[in-house]
Amino acid sequence: MTSQWCTRALLPVGFLLAWATAAQPPAEKPRALDAAHFVEVSVDDPYLEMRTGPGRGYPITRVVPRGERVDVLMRRTDWYKVRDDQGKEGWVDREHMERTLLASGDRLKLDDPARRDYERSPWEIGFQTGNFGGGNVNAAYAGYAINDNLSVETGVEQALGNSSTSVLGTISLSHTFVPRWRISPFVDIGTGVVRISPKAVIVEPPLRREQLGFWGVGAKAYLSRRFMFRADYRSYLIFTQSAQNEDRREWKAGFAFFF
Amino acid sequence: MESRLRVLLLTTVIALAGVALSGCALWPFGRHHAADSSPTEASDASGASPSVVDPTVSRRKVKAPKIRSSDFEVGVYAGSYSAQDFGVNPVYGARLAYHISEDFFAEGLIGTSKTGLTSYEELSGSSALLTDSERKLTYYNLGFGYNIFPGEVFIGRNRAFNSAVYVIGGVGATKFGGSTHFTVMAGAGYRLLLTDRIAAHLDIRDHVFQNDLLGYQKTVHNLESTLGVTTYF
Repeated sequence: MTSQWCTRALLPVGFLLAWATAAQPPAEKPRALDAAHFVEVSVDDPYLEMRTGPGRGYPITRVVPRGERVDVLMRRTDWYKVRDDQGKEGWVDREHMERTLLASGDRLKLDDPARRDYERSPWEIGFQTGNFGGGNVNAAYAGYAINDNLSVETGVEQALGNSSTSVLGTISLSHTFVPRWRISPFVDIGTGVVRISPKAVIVEPPLRREQLGFWGVGAKAYLSRRFMFRADYRSYLIFTQSAQNEDRREWKAGFAFFF
Repeated sequence: MESRLRVLLLTTVIALAGVALSGCALWPFGRHHAADSSPTEASDASGASPSVVDPTVSRRKVKAPKIRSSDFEVGVYAGSYSAQDFGVNPVYGARLAYHISEDFFAEGLIGTSKTGLTSYEELSGSSALLTDSERKLTYYNLGFGYNIFPGEVFIGRNRAFNSAVYVIGGVGATKFGGSTHFTVMAGAGYRLLLTDRIAAHLDIRDHVFQNDLLGYQKTVHNLESTLGVTTYF
């Protein structure tokens, strides 16, 4: 039994591994073939250090002297994979990469998703967790900035209470007061739907689908690169079909990317 | 006589000041080093000869060239999931990670497993606690990872592979036994980069949540160990 499911479980992984290793191209291609696809730079520092991996601890195995050219193959986080004239490959950090020259004689300019872009980037995607009416909540949202202050957001939340599980779909308008502040407060107002499935052991109560409205306040804090921290409080009003509407308070915090 | 001398002195001072000011205006401060090397340029600059710097040339804009990035990692995994009281069973899942820096990454997981029978069910032989659909377990999780031990492994004399031991933690939900539970996950893993774009993973994760399937609220620890493969893009 055990060996059977082990085989079943490991078979796809083994297959994928085999495919992955088989599908990879040969490590060192003739330079002339693909040189056109890569950015070529020449070393302007006294030398350029190439490491065996994209990290500060990897050993330097090759040093390219000033004036020699390298192809920039790809980037991973702040590390750039380069290939020198002899076809040797290695990783160079961003700081050193920025001190190389393009064919035009200009310094290589690298995309830097810094805070400047954070203020300009229209898209934002985030994930948060917190508390909704006494239970836990997980939330994901996407936002699009119409201008510096206003953005339209849509979100999906899963509230996991002791007595019910709810799924919320919302759409809202958010106003950020001073977008250039590092910690930037905002207010939002929105509407949506909620599907409440009550938990019950003996009798299963019916599923409920209701409309809701909410207002909220929160703050975004820019961290680094494409990242920010975001925390909000929301006050929901669920328009029920019974005589009384329901209130829910929610707070949540999490991380968001902008791009 | 005295007043004539004063007028003469004043006119000299004004003339000198005028020359000095015009000299300053024609002489950009940023180019002092040029003045040191060739003092004769001063007379050239004040004359009608063409200026050295043509002010109409605008600064050329240097665009960042397109360099392929590979910060995202997507892949699948399979292994075993130990659902507390419900046996150890196969699990399949998919992961998506975004590498924020050489140290940190954000990771999202979805996985599914079909749980087995409790010891009670196996012994009694008849009464089933859960229906077949309730026995299916699915989870999602979002969290962060930190590469604590980045390094290299050497296989044989000529092969070196980059690798990292990382720790992960996150929050999510597990759907099991007819309800969905808020879940906290913590674990550790090992990533071996077979090439710069393909990695093999070995992960051990603990999914912690509360359920009341056996009639009372209790915290369960579900341990999962998986092998996976991912590709960077």
